[in-house]
Amino acid sequence: MEPSITTENRAIRTAPLAAGFADPVHDAQGCFRAIMDVMARPGTRKTLELGKLTPPAPLTPAAAAIALTLFDYDTPVWLDRPLMQSDAVKAFLRFHTVAPILSEPVEAAFALVSEPGSMIPLTSFNQGSAEYPDESTTVILTGQVFGKAQAVTLEGPGIKEKISFSTGPTPPIFWDQVVSNNRQFPRGIDLVFAGEKEIAALPRSTRITLTEA
Amino acid sequence: MSDTAENYDQGEYNFAYLDEQTKRMIRRAILKGIAIPGYQVPFASREMPMPYGWGTGGVQVTAAILGKDDCLKMIDQGSDDTTNAVSLRGFFEKTAGIRTTYETSEATVIQTRHRIPEKDLTDDQVIVFQVPIPEPLRFLEPRETETRKMHALEDYGLMHVKLYEDIAKNGHIATTYAYPVKVNDRYVMDPSPTPKFDNPKIDEMAALQLYGAGREKRIYAIPPYTKVKSLDFEDYPFEVQKFDKPCALCGARNVYLDEVILDDRGGRMFVCSDSNFCEERRAAGHVGPMAADPAAVQIGGSSQEETAR
Repeated sequence: MEPSITTENRAIRTAPLAAGFADPVHDAQGCFRAIMDVMARPGTRKTLELGKLTPPAPLTPAAAAIALTLFDYDTPVWLDRPLMQSDAVKAFLRFHTVAPILSEPVEAAFALVSEPGSMIPLTSFNQGSAEYPDESTTVILTGQVFGKAQAVTLEGPGIKEKISFSTGPTPPIFWDQVVSNNRQFPRGIDLVFAGEKEIAALPRSTRITLTEA
Repeated sequence: MSDTAENYDQGEYNFAYLDEQTKRMIRRAILKGIAIPGYQVPFASREMPMPYGWGTGGVQVTAAILGKDDCLKMIDQGSDDTTNAVSLRGFFEKTAGIRTTYETSEATVIQTRHRIPEKDLTDDQVIVFQVPIPEPLRFLEPRETETRKMHALEDYGLMHVKLYEDIAKNGHIATTYAYPVKVNDRYVMDPSPTPKFDNPKIDEMAALQLYGAGREKRIYAIPPYTKVKSLDFEDYPFEVQKFDKPCALCGARNVYLDEVILDDRGGRMFVCSDSNFCEERRAAGHVGPMAADPAAVQIGGSSQEETAR
């Protein structure tokens, strides 16, 4: 008898671990090229080939694909509260990526946010230093729906002239935070938005104009 | 059967040679490079089965992005069929089994050593540069700690002094290759030792540019449609090389030309450095002033079949 085992823990012991990529080499490559393309062309969207990924909720298949593509023992990962509270999610990430899971956002190379509507401020993450701006956190917002929320206008590297971009849910003063994030360039965090299958990205280099409602 | 062949039969390389952890590490560096245009991202460069100077940086970047549906073009000084290009193309044919091409427009990934194709690159292409010394300030300031601080503080006065000294000594800016540029109004970057003739092409280019330096362990990038300004002065504006004659074989003007020695009596000609561009023009019926010369025909190749695989 082990009376200390919770129901959730017991479920993990009995439920089989969800599978990773069916073809780790080519699935990760395809997923990376989609992430590279959207990072190089801010505001545009690409569809991820998710195959049969069925990660434990609240980790979405798109977020799992990004994690399997980019995370490993070199990348400390920060999870928001709903993800952190799920032992199944942590077991999935630990088994497939071996990435250390942290509670301090400022030490993370990647952050996974499953409830973007109530996410912590962008300034809580590592902003990189003036000498090493590449050491900052890349924040991945999951459960995004594109084209429905209030649109912003993007300009900068990767954008021919201007492009309109809209995604949600985001926290109340999110776009003001993104504007400030760009102002401290080359320091700053990079954002990846993951929808059901589509992804988009906003690197720190993108200049944002809030469109009047 | 030789020992090498037997060993090869025992197993295959991982796709595109590199192991998956190395690819992930390089991929993360590429994403940072794209997010900070012109900033040199340190990465854990691996030992490759070729010496430094043969493009180990470019090869690692290409291996990290390449997929099984990609079509690769490999050029060395504009040419598809010189030693470096042939051996690196063979490397990826063997380790990744992907399609390769000589045609610029057919390629999805182009790895280059020091030239940019004459034909405009498109949105769905990626160009990978092999870089020997990524730090544009290195010959002015040997200490990495100092150059890093100079980039952090955007302190690029020294580079302008160097260009000024060129003018004071030679009457014009005498830098002809690896001509420094400022990317997105922030980082001064070395566009690798491409002739400055190619600098205007990297400004607002439609294709994504990735730069890999293997020995120096740096990756940097320029996203599509990014402002790239060649450094200059108001009274000494940036200029590219000009050639007074067209290509001797295809008659093209406003392209970069290589000198070819024809004999030991001073015979020579100037031909397109971009060999695929030259061949396509000749196939389309363009004729240069020396196209009929027997010595020139022997060197330039009389037909496309002769040089294409």
